[in-house]
Order: sequence, then C-alpha cells, then structure tokens
Amino acid sequence: MTGADQPGREQDAWADGTAWAGPAIAVEGVSKSFGPNQVLNGIDLSVAAHEVICLIGASGSGKSTLLRCINLLEPINGGRILLLGQDVTAAGIDANAVRRQVGIVFQSYNLFPHMNVLANVTLAPMKALRIPRAQAEEAATELLTRFGLADKKREYPDRLSGGQQQRVAIVRALAMQPQIMLLDEVTSALDPELVAEVLDVIRELAGAGMTMLIATHEMGFARDIANRVCFLEEGRIIEAGPPAQLFTDPQDERTRRFLRRIVDAGRM
Amino acid sequence: MSDNQHAWYGSASPDQPEPLSPGLSAGSPAAGFGTAGRGPRLLSGGGRRATVVSAMSTVVLLGVLVAIFLAAPGSSEVRHTFFDLHDMWQSFIGDPRKGYYSVGEAIWLNIRMFLAAEAMILVFALVIALIRQSTGPVLFPLRLLAMIYVDFFRGVPLLLVMYAVGFGIPALRLTFVSNQSFAVYGVIALTLSYSAYVSEVYRAGLNSVHQSQVAAARSLGLSQGTALRYVILPQAIRNIVPPLLNDFISLQKDTALVGVLGAIEANQAAQIYGSTVFNYSSLTVAAILFLILTIPLARFTDRLIDRDRRRRLAGAVT
Repeated sequence: MTGADQPGREQDAWADGTAWAGPAIAVEGVSKSFGPNQVLNGIDLSVAAHEVICLIGASGSGKSTLLRCINLLEPINGGRILLLGQDVTAAGIDANAVRRQVGIVFQSYNLFPHMNVLANVTLAPMKALRIPRAQAEEAATELLTRFGLADKKREYPDRLSGGQQQRVAIVRALAMQPQIMLLDEVTSALDPELVAEVLDVIRELAGAGMTMLIATHEMGFARDIANRVCFLEEGRIIEAGPPAQLFTDPQDERTRRFLRRIVDAGRM
Repeated sequence: MSDNQHAWYGSASPDQPEPLSPGLSAGSPAAGFGTAGRGPRLLSGGGRRATVVSAMSTVVLLGVLVAIFLAAPGSSEVRHTFFDLHDMWQSFIGDPRKGYYSVGEAIWLNIRMFLAAEAMILVFALVIALIRQSTGPVLFPLRLLAMIYVDFFRGVPLLLVMYAVGFGIPALRLTFVSNQSFAVYGVIALTLSYSAYVSEVYRAGLNSVHQSQVAAARSLGLSQGTALRYVILPQAIRNIVPPLLNDFISLQKDTALVGVLGAIEANQAAQIYGSTVFNYSSLTVAAILFLILTIPLARFTDRLIDRDRRRRLAGAVT
C-alpha cells in the first residue's frame, strides 16, 4: 500500500496524522553512500503507528545515517522512504513540511545557545507553523512542566546539565507536534547518572503512543521499551524481532557476536 | 561539553586565556602579561604597592622619552612647527578670510562619512559573505563574482580605489551619478574596499557556528532563511563583534583619505592650514581629534572581548 495508490488517504494523513492506517514509516531498499563509503546498503523497514523500534549495532553501522535520511537531512542514493503513506524522497517534495511531521533529537542536544529554554522550544512553532507567541509559549510551558523543566524556562542551555539539555531538546522537537520521533543515541553523550531521566522521558512518550525509531546503545532500555529491535551491521538490517527473542535467541551469527561483545563490556 | 558549545565559545581553550594585547603590568612579580584569571588587564591587580610601582615606572618611561625629545638638536624647530599652541588653536577654529578651514569643523565630515560607510558596509559585506557561503549550483556565477570582488578590493590599495571612484565616476558624465560631492565618492570607495575585508570577517563568523546548529534548525522544519536569521546569524555576529569593531576603528582613520579628492575633512583642512600659514601644528590637532574618535571605540572593543572571555569561562563550568 503506497501513497501513490491512495492519494486521497495520503492527504488525510498529512492533515491530522490519524487517518492513515498503513505504516507510519516505510523504508524501502534505501541505500546511501558518502563518496566511496557505502553507509546504507538496501535497508527495508516498516514501522507501524504507535510502534517503538530500537536500532542497535556498532558505531558506523548506519543507525544515525538512517535516522538522518528519514528526516531528509541526508539525501539518499537509492530506494525510497514513505512517511504516513507519502513518498518523501520523491522529487519536488517540501522537505520543511516533512520535517514538521518528524521530530529528531541528536546525541549532542544541539540546543540554540543564544536562546533561553522557552525561546528554544517556541522558535519552530512560531516561525514554521506561524503560531502566535502567547499560544506557543503556553504550549511550551505545558510541555516543559510535563517533563519537569518548568523552572528552567528562562535558563540558557549552558546553565543546564546534560540530562536537562537533552530533555529540553526532546521538548523542542515535541513542540512541533510531530507524528513520528527519531531519537539518535540521545543518551550517549550523558554521564551515567543522567541517563535515567532522559530514558524516563522516552518511556513516557512511548506510553503516550508516540511512534518512535530509536538508535541506542542502551540494550536494557531497548529490551524494555521496544516493540521490535533491529540489529544493523555495515548498512544492512541483519536481524529484526521482538526484544525477548532477539536478545535471548539471536538467529544470526553476527547478531550473536555483537551481543556477546556488549555483554563482555558489561553493558547488558 | 558538546561540539556546538565549543563552536559557540570559540576555539580558544577556556583555561588558557591567550593574551590579546600586552598589558602594562609592571607590578606583578614576573613582569609580563597580566593573565591572572581575568585576562590581560592594563593595571594588573595586586594592591596599592603594585599601583605605586606601575605609576612610577610609567612616569619614568615618559620622562625619558620627553628628555630625548627635548635634547634632540632640532627639538625647538619641531616644537614650533608641530606643537605651537597658538597655531593649534587657529587651525582648530579656522578663518576663511585667511584662506584656511576649521579642522574642528572638518572632523564632522569624517564622522558623517564614517557613519554612512559603516552602515553600508555592514549590509553590503553581509550580502557578499552570504553569497560566498551559498552552495546551490545556480548561484555559481554570483559566487565567482563575489570571490573576484573580495580578491580585487583586498588587493588594491584604498588610495587607488579612492582616486578611481572620485575622479573616474565624475569623468563618466552620467546624470545624477557623476555630479555628487567628493564626500559621497569617498564613502563609496571606503564601502567598496572595506566590504571586502568585513565580508571575510562575516564569513569567519558564519563558519564558527557548528554545522549541527544548522541541522538542528532545519530538522525542526525551519526554512533555510529562517534558520539563518534566527539561529545562525545571531551566533555568528556575536562571535565577530570584536574583529568587526577593529575594522571600524581602522575605517574611522581612513576617512582621512577622502581628503585626496578635495573634500574638506579634518586631515585636508589641516594640510591647507599648513600650506597657508607654514606651520603644521594643525596636523597635530587633526591627530588629536582622530584619537578622540578612535580611543573610545578601541576601549569599548576591549571591554567586549573581556566580557566574551568571562562568559566563555563561566560557560565552561558545567
């Protein structure tokens, strides 16, 4: 089922995000290379609405690149990506409109250092969605309160801990009311004691039914939260399955080898 | 601390403040640069004794220089020709009946030209910088032009640009364009020349903002223009205020070059006084007036650099 088959439904889905019954994300044979370096090698992946999928794999296996491609931050070389039924890799697509539906949070937070927390969160709703300031600030305050950041509203990012900065980054993405969230190793840059507060935020989002694609090194967390886990190596999805199965009974030798290294390193 | 913060706070390592200007810190035990935590200071901390020592060493140094000047064989002629108080006052107030202009009045032309040129440079240089930073293949010819422009005007002496604009455009005898005052041509020449330099300053500022900031802004659905306006430029400009002001201090002085076209600015008025009365104390007056203009801006720049350093140090503690 593709957007091209059902142009009518596609319009509905983009209007309110609920009418589309097909997969929220459909990645079809996507490949991507940086010069001679083939980073994605024919990725196929389908994410249903409200599903949480964790991408695991060594650094350089293509997890981050896949997320950046879905957000159209990187152009792909082959295949196509459908979001809520619409082919977003087709020519002439409005990348900005797509990105408004798809929130992404980065490993290094990337908050805007010259703006306080509230301004960070309200910038995109005000400038991209043309929401009036008062309304945007009200919505932002509500989100910040929900994630325990209400008292940090007027602080500048360099006054916050890493965990707080990352939570603000998540709130900033949520303020656009995206249909899909992409999380790119959001805890990798954090001190161990700050990881939990960020993971709690993601758990709450999952509980609220957010469709999420999460690249992570936190295996315990992936096992907890994911509906499915995909193991990537050299730009391919080697194995995918429910966490209970993939972590305890991996079918592929390469998955076993990766998980063994993780266990040996004491990360699981 | 993440990458983007490194970009924001500049490349200098926060725990190793590099001295930007040598401080006169005779009071510190190892008489060197005063870098005691707050960056170089003109008067280094250290209490009353240090203040007394620095005051004394300053007096001694000045005394030696004055003594050398007074002892020089041509001292009295130089004092009469360049530092005669009567001539200084005469040139300052001017006297059209005796054939010379007031230097004090002429400096206003320098100030007006400086302000006009500064406003135009700030806009024009930004346009050049943005063109040079653009990536679209369609804009290639513009990029090439911008590159040639910057290379050309950085390479040609300002004086030659001044002559070319000031005498070339009137010679074209175009209506409106060719019958402006020399001050207007002077401002155009200054703008052409300085925009080349300032565009490079802008470019350095734009490059100092980490690529991840662009990604963050674009990923939120902001258009390229909006991302530039609200995310990239504010950070870039904050990083380049000191070098920008530095160029403007230099611009203030270079308004004196418009005098070669015949505009009666401070330097030209002083020269006219000199060649009419055969006393060059007028040049000293012009020099003093230029100093009065540039020193506040220089001190202001230093304060901004100092503030930036403190903010960087504060930001490093996370």
